[in-house]
Amino acid sequence: MYKNIKMGVENKFVMRRAIVGAARGLWKSFPMIIGTVLLTSLISTLISKEFYTAVFSKNIFLDSVVGGLVGSISAGNPITSYIFGGEMLGQGVGLIAVTAFLVAWVTVGIIQLPAESAILGKKFALLRNFTAFVLAIVVAIVTVLILGVIM
Amino acid sequence: MKFRDKLKRLPGSWYFLLIIIIVYFLFSIFNKKIYLDSLDFFGQIIYKIIPIFILVFALMSLSNYFITPKFVMRHLSEKGFRKWFYVIVGGILSTGPIYMWYPLLADLRGKGLNYGLIACFLYNRAIKIPLLPLAILYFSWQYVLVLCFVMIFMSVVQGIFLNKLMEVNK
Repeated sequence: MYKNIKMGVENKFVMRRAIVGAARGLWKSFPMIIGTVLLTSLISTLISKEFYTAVFSKNIFLDSVVGGLVGSISAGNPITSYIFGGEMLGQGVGLIAVTAFLVAWVTVGIIQLPAESAILGKKFALLRNFTAFVLAIVVAIVTVLILGVIM
Repeated sequence: MKFRDKLKRLPGSWYFLLIIIIVYFLFSIFNKKIYLDSLDFFGQIIYKIIPIFILVFALMSLSNYFITPKFVMRHLSEKGFRKWFYVIVGGILSTGPIYMWYPLLADLRGKGLNYGLIACFLYNRAIKIPLLPLAILYFSWQYVLVLCFVMIFMSVVQGIFLNKLMEVNK
């Protein structure tokens, strides 16, 4: 019985730590999320849909490259990329460009590159990030093609 | 602690928010219409995402409770094809900032985990189960499902490709 009580207390402690950790994680990204939503709202109000249609030419390859490049140099919580990507879609940007942007955001880490190079090796870090960028374009095209077939 | 020291210790993301608030303040003085339209747009987005954040919080708590670096490390030590499977699952389930995993992966590299498997693990970290509800809200569940499958497949492609490239560069 004593063992059960001890386990119960330990579980409670681990659970509390898990909840506090989640709250801390969300709180850390809070200013970035609110800032991004505010910035997205301002950009959506200031920039017309025509601008987006001019930047994204509806060329599958070019759009995915532009989306991938923007995603690669951006950093932060993936939540931010979903919000920004979702609003880009609402502004008339194509799904391929938005997908390349989302995938590059989470798979290419320009900001973390120095740390990754120092710990896992420069060659590995450079090759991994470069192939991740190329794959962001491939993933975007393949995903949208599959969706076009099944939907 | 002095106010200036407190300000210095503030994370960069708070400065980002502060700058955006200042920009909004300036618009409220010089162009009220843009200010009000933007605030209206902001309200709409926040209203849309708040319920999802409650779900995200619950899922993050659960993943923090069940998935620890120790748990992931134990399964990354499997042999053969099963290794790829565990690396994919480990990458998807791993939590916390990416740089936290670099030393652990470097340690596993020393114990025989090849570069391809490390790349595969890092690629799959992009799939965050607790955040999927928000992605579904914006892009539909069919889109999210297809994207996850394609990304998992490409993570293996990247792993194999990287192994070859690292061999060539040796």
